Order: sequence, then C-alpha cells, then structure tokens
Amino acid sequence: MKYELVSGLETHVELSTNTKIFCSCTTEFGGEQNTHCCPICIGLPGTLPKLNEKVVDYAIMAGLATNCEISPISKMDRKNYCYPDLPKAYQISQYDMPLCKNGYIELSNGRKIGITRIHIEEDAGKLIHQRGNTYVDYNRGGVPLIEIVSEPDIRSVEEAREYVEKLQMIMRYIGVSDCKMQEGSLRCDVNISLRPVGQEEFGTRTEIKNMNSFTYMEKAMRYEISRQADLLDSGEAITQETLRYLVEEDRTESMRGKEDANDYRYFREPDLVTIEVSQEKIDYFRSILPELPDPKRHRYVEELGLPETDAAMLVKYRKIAEYFEAACQEVSNPKVVANCIIGQVFRRVENETEKEAFQISIPPQYLRDLVLLLDQGKIKMNLLKSTLEKMLDTGKPASELISESDMGGIDEDTLHQLCSEAIANNPNAVADYLGGKEKALKSLLGHVMKNSRGRADAVEAEKLLIQLANETK
Amino acid sequence: METTYSQIKRISQLLSSKQISCTELTQKYLEKIHAENPVLNAYVKVTDDVALETAKAVDQRIQRGDHLLPLEGVPMTLKDNISTRNIETTCCSKILSGYTPIYDATVWELLQNQNTVLLGKTNMDEFAMGSSCETSCFGGAKNPHNTDYVAGGSSGGGASAVAGNLAAFALGSDTGGSIRQPASFCGIVGLKPTYGSVSRYGLIAYASSFDQIGPITTSVEDAALVYDAISLQDSMDSTCRGGSPASMTLMDDIKGMKIGIVKEYFAGIRDDVRAQIDQAIQVYESLGAQIVRLSMPEIKYGLPVYYILACAEASSNLGRYDGIRYGYKTAHYNDINEMVRKTRSEGFGEEVKHRILLGTYVLSAGYYDAYYKKAQNLRGMIVRSFQNTFQNCDVILAPTVPMTAFQSGSAVKDPVETYQTDLCTVPVNIAGLPAVSIPCGFDSKGLPVGLQIIGNSFCEATILNAAYQYEAATRTETFQAVNMGVQL
Repeated sequence: MKYELVSGLETHVELSTNTKIFCSCTTEFGGEQNTHCCPICIGLPGTLPKLNEKVVDYAIMAGLATNCEISPISKMDRKNYCYPDLPKAYQISQYDMPLCKNGYIELSNGRKIGITRIHIEEDAGKLIHQRGNTYVDYNRGGVPLIEIVSEPDIRSVEEAREYVEKLQMIMRYIGVSDCKMQEGSLRCDVNISLRPVGQEEFGTRTEIKNMNSFTYMEKAMRYEISRQADLLDSGEAITQETLRYLVEEDRTESMRGKEDANDYRYFREPDLVTIEVSQEKIDYFRSILPELPDPKRHRYVEELGLPETDAAMLVKYRKIAEYFEAACQEVSNPKVVANCIIGQVFRRVENETEKEAFQISIPPQYLRDLVLLLDQGKIKMNLLKSTLEKMLDTGKPASELISESDMGGIDEDTLHQLCSEAIANNPNAVADYLGGKEKALKSLLGHVMKNSRGRADAVEAEKLLIQLANETK
Repeated sequence: METTYSQIKRISQLLSSKQISCTELTQKYLEKIHAENPVLNAYVKVTDDVALETAKAVDQRIQRGDHLLPLEGVPMTLKDNISTRNIETTCCSKILSGYTPIYDATVWELLQNQNTVLLGKTNMDEFAMGSSCETSCFGGAKNPHNTDYVAGGSSGGGASAVAGNLAAFALGSDTGGSIRQPASFCGIVGLKPTYGSVSRYGLIAYASSFDQIGPITTSVEDAALVYDAISLQDSMDSTCRGGSPASMTLMDDIKGMKIGIVKEYFAGIRDDVRAQIDQAIQVYESLGAQIVRLSMPEIKYGLPVYYILACAEASSNLGRYDGIRYGYKTAHYNDINEMVRKTRSEGFGEEVKHRILLGTYVLSAGYYDAYYKKAQNLRGMIVRSFQNTFQNCDVILAPTVPMTAFQSGSAVKDPVETYQTDLCTVPVNIAGLPAVSIPCGFDSKGLPVGLQIIGNSFCEATILNAAYQYEAATRTETFQAVNMGVQL
C-alpha cells in the first residue's frame, strides 16, 4: 500500500465506582428504567453536582497505570449541547485542564502510543426508540467516565486493536472498570487519515464514532482506510467529517460535516471547586498500584521460566494471574502449575466474562498442595492430572481424593504383574501392536493405569509393556 | 435588652409569653395578604395550609412549654426561585409553570427545622433577570411606599411583602443586586452574603458564580438573625463553606472603624440620593468612625463584566428548559427540534431571551476570547482591587442604587438605562463579597434611599455591626414611614 495510516483513538471507559460522579445514585448496569436517578442526575432546577472523590482516585490510578503525569490542579468544565439524553443541556467534563496527561502505552512491537490526556466526565442517559416514540432512560446519566485520548501514533489496524486491548487489560487490572464493550463500559471513537508513505504532514481525517466491539472496530477501520485510499487514488479530497459505522452494510456513513460541528461553548463549571491532588496522594496511589500485565508477563518468562505464550495467557486477567501466583507458593516448578491452569482449569472457564470473574471450585492452595505432592515425588504426573479433574468436579482437596497408599506408588513386582495381566487379557491389542499399530500400546497402558488407580509410572509401564509384548512373539 | 427594632425577636417574645398564638398571628398575616396582595402583587402563591399547619405545631410546642428556636413561628416568605417540595416553584416564568419540586432547597430545610411559618412564594423578575420585578410572568410587585412605583428587582416580591408588612422577613437571592436594590427601593434591610456562606442547593440558578441567597428584613438585627440561621456549611453545595455568626456582635463599638468612600461609586448618582448618603457619612463620623477617601478605577468595568459573565452562565443554566421533563411544553409540534424551539420561544420572556442570546454569543467560538475570557480577566482585576482597598479600610460605604424606585412601566422602555441601576450593586457579586443595604432617608418624592455597606469576604459581622450602629443612631428619623409589623 502506498499510503500510511495515521490514527488516534478516543476511548471512553466507564468507571466502576459504586455511585455516580455527582450524586449518590448507584452505577449498576441495567435496572428498571429511571430508577437509578435522583434530582441531581436528572438535572432538576436548583440541584448542584457534588464530585465523587472516588472518581478522581480511579482516574489517578488509570493515569499512573498508563504512565501519565497527574495534574496537581485541575477543574471541571461545562460542555454545552442540547440533546434529550443530557438533562442539564450540558455535560460536566474537563476541557483545558485534564486530570492526567502525557502518558503512553507500549505495544508488543515496541512502539509507544502516546496518551495525550485522560479526563473525567459524566455519561449521558440513553434514548430508547419504541413503537414510533422515543423514551429516555437516565439510569446511565451521571455514571462516571474517563476519556483517554491518544496521540495520532497508531499506524495499523492491528496496532489499534492491541492498543485498546492493552487499555482494557490495564483498566481491569487496576480495578477501575470492567471494560465490557458489549455493555458499553468501553467504547472508542477512531480518527483516521492517510498520507503517502514518507510524507511528514497529516492528511485530512475522519472520525468514526462509538465503536463497541473489536471486530466492528477493525472492520470499520479497514473499510474507512480503503474508502479514503480510493478517494486519494482518484485525486479527490477527503472531507473532514464525523462518521458512523453501519454494521449490516459494512460501511461508514456521514453523521455531520466539519461545518456542522457543535460549538460546545466550554466554560468552567461554577458549581464545583478546583480539584487539587497532593503529591502524597499521587505517591499513595502509585504505591498501591498492582503489578501491571506487561511487567508481570516479563517476570513470568524471566523468573519463572514460562513460555511467552503461557505467560501471556495467564496475565491477561488479573484474577487468573493472582490465582496462579497463589498456587505457585513454595512450588519448585511453576510451569506445572501453569500447565494445570491453562490445560485443565481453562477448559472450565470458557468465555471472557468467566475468565474475568475466574470463579472456580477449588482455592489456589488446593492446586498448590497437589503440585507439591508431585514435587515431593509422592505422585506421578498422570495421577496429578486425574486428581485435579476430580478436585475441580468436587471442590475437594487432594488429601480427600487420594490415599496414602495411592501416593506410595507401586513396586516393581506389582507393576510387572499388572503389565503381564494387561498382555494376557488383551491378546487382540497385543496382536495389533505387534502388527504395527502403535495406538494399541496406549490401550494396554490404559488398562495398567486403570488397574493401578493411576499410581503406576506411565513411562516405566510402557517400557515393560513393549518388552512383554515382544516376548509373546 | 433593647431589641425594639427586631421584628423577629418581638414576635418570638409575644409567642413565648402567649400574648398571641402562632395560629392567630399567622391568620392575621394571611388576612392582610389576601386583602392587600391584589394591589402589591408581592406574592405569586400564598401557602395558607402549609403556614397554618406549621403554626399549629408551634402552638403545641408552646403549650408544652418548649423553648422556642430563634426563628420559630415567624411568618415569612421565600422567593419563587427557591425550591420547595410539593409547592409550585416557577421563577415567575411561564416555562416553569406547573413545576413542583420533589426536594427542598437547603435554606428552606434549615428554616423548616426552626418551624418558621411559610406564608407563600414571592414575586420576582423572570429567572431573577431584571431590576424592577416587571419581567415576572405574573406582572411586577408594587412599592408599598407608593404603588405607582416598582418594588425593585429581582427580589421585588419579597421586598414589597416585608415593607408592606405582609411577612416578617423574606429570603431573596442576589446575583447583581437583586436583594439590595429592592430593599433600597422599599426602605428596608437587604443582606447579600459572601459567596459561599449560604447554600445555593435548591436555588434555581441564574448565574451560578454570582447567585447568593440572603435575607430581606425590617431591621439589621433581623438580617443578622436570619443570616445566622442559614449560613451553614452544606455538603450538597461544594462552593458553600458557611459563615460565622453575626447577630452576637451588633452592639460592638465602631470607634476607629475605617470607612472607605470610593469615588467611583458616586459617578452618576442623583443629587438628592447623594445628599442622603453624605448625611449618613456624617453620622458615621459622629459615631467615631474614620473616613478614608479611596479610588477603584476598575469599578467602571463592573457592568460589562457582570452582564457578560452572568449571561454566559445563564445561557448554560437555562438550557435544560426544553419541555421534555417538567414545566411548560408547547401544544403543537412535529418533531423534537420543533418542540424544544417552540417551548423555549413561547415559555421564556423577552429579557430572558436577550440574556440567553447574549450569553450564547459571548461563549461562542471566535468571540470567547474577546468577551468571556476578557471579562474573566477583568473579574480577577476587580477582585484584586477590592483586596487592595480592604487593606486601607474595614468597610466601604456607597449608595445601593444611584437613584430611587422608578415608576412602573418605565424600566422596559430602555433596558440599557435600567442596567445602569445595577452600577453600584454588581461589583460585590463579581468579587463574591458581602454587602448590606439599609434605609437612609428619602428622596424629594418621599421614596426611600438605600445605603450600602460592603465588607471583605466572610465579614458579615463587621458590616452588620456597622449597619446596626447607624440604625440605632438614626432609626427614629428614618424609619418612621415604615409601619412595624402587623398591628397586634
């Protein structure tokens, strides 16, 4: 392609504080329409906003986690526009003095995507179109948001996706948002322009509003890139405009042009006082910030010896990483723990929501105790695996599922006896094996394992089976 | 204790000594209101039931021998921009017709805790925008001194009610002079407290960084008593940290108090008004105060700064009246845009529309720097100018208005000239300072003249003390025309 993409994202993240940004109504998603409301969040005449301190705290954490500077002094402003979902006819936001600025997110290719600013603001209500009428639900009105504005540093659709994924992962890690795109708690506006490769100057940009899924964001970007490339190819100019993405038709459509852009008439919100953040406060939040996914992944690879892909899978969700780390305590080989989680536990948490919540039947201590048995040579890998399945089924600790005698393993004579029985009782399998079917050996091994209740050493047993089978020739 | 000027204390004494029951007292006020309000038009809503219900509760407490709270059983009014649960609150605008708040303003909550008796809601310029009370959708309130004249504005109804003895006190709001100017026109006391000393929660906003609720009373002591009752910190208003008590220090000597006379406050003052102010200065000198002549050139920017910034805030504050959720909604429309446009065109009066348009304009891209930003910078200059001035004096004496009440109907003819009447009142709102207007004689037509005493931030006690000393020294001469209280 002869054009280079220049893209910047504005990402809205709903904060998971218990109460709204300017009143004490709940922020819970759903609920009967207009029941999470009070005189303040429906903007009744005479009411005043009251800033929820938690919102500032969460935004500070978001800023620190994305390498931002935290402004010691910032303020709230009014963004004036008239729309029925905005009951005061202005949104309380931050204009020229955002709480956080000058941060970045580092991508896997080593490129840093600059974060211009992060500011706090209130969400609007929701319009519901039904039977030719329009209704408005203010439950979401006043839910706290942070808007994360990136620099136009993104150069590919893949980078855009990774940037949003990283933001999502970080925000979830620090616990400030659940970042559920399908529920709208994370949504993006994507700015797109093209320029001939090698050109310094930016082209004219368009903005696609409100992307609420990764797939649609990628599709919309790809469509818009090719649309702009076609226009440029044919020598036409790009019009600066705001677009919406039509999912069914897989194309973008103009919402409004530059000349119709709203004049928001920003001015300082006189009902709120200056936001002052002390250095002590910043230091405090820095100190309680959890280890973030990137450094954590790095540590898993460097210090625990995990393969990069395994480490990436484990750090993606904070709860899983925490579970993993708790289960690794005193364990000599963390890789075993990682394999247990990725191989067996993951099969039981299928989707993203379940992984995010990571509620499984056994506490990490149970897994650790099980792996310690392996470490101490009391059980073999196959017994570990089968026991883990039972533990996950029943929620019971290993000690209740395997006896002392199981742990003792079996002596050479017993193993010999079990293998001989397997050979004697399964002549067909033996014949198959000798006829060249390797699989038949596994079936014989299965019998040995079953009859030894998992205690047999599979490697030893296999050797012995081969020897005994050949002896029958 | 000599408390002859305090109507509130007098009522309190009569009630606790059982010379009159609260119910009887309330009924007397209500009868007087029903008889005289058709002429004065001070009340836009009379709340007989609410008043009598409270009165009954007060009487029961008196019967039980309970000690009365400072404002308990005192009949009063609230300006119609102060939210009252279950009582229609309209800002005297058609656009809020039928709007009944579901919550109480903090000041009303505080007064209810003291069992004050709410007689009704009083008239005002629409959304507090005006100086004559005549932009009210209910028509203007009349001046009890001469009903051909306006009561002033915007809290004209409250001033008319208090001066006409239709209430013992009123709460008004002051954005650019809306308490002090009508108090001056009606010959009574009006206190505009320091910005941030009285909660604005529930006050329907005109210009949020200027608005402040305050008392309109017949005496300085009453103003102090009401101020003390309402100037409490409020968690519902982040800009409100409360004030310090003023009613306990009124008897303090003012010998040696430095009184600033700022010449710019006297530009364009009418001669007969000036004569009364000069006399007041002499009274202060005789009381031992030291007069300091000063200049504040920045004052001349007061009016443009006020009208730019207040209108800018108003244009935003009034955006919410769209007919969707409450209040007036146009009868016929095809789509939402037409509905909002027609609702606002029909619901707002001319003056409100002027100010919304002006405010929208000064905030618009391309004009913001030339108007809004410049006005903000000048606001800072005026604030600093007051700070400097208060290094050289304790209080500033000035006229409240450079004239006296004007005839009904004359304000609408020339809006810019009407804006000029705010010349002496707006600087205080720009700087967030406290100021009180007290009566200081009459003009050649027998209309009251108001003296304004301005103090530094949170110095209500100082200005009220100074006001009280003047009142004590002059009351027999200047207050005779004011009929004290209901005939008991």
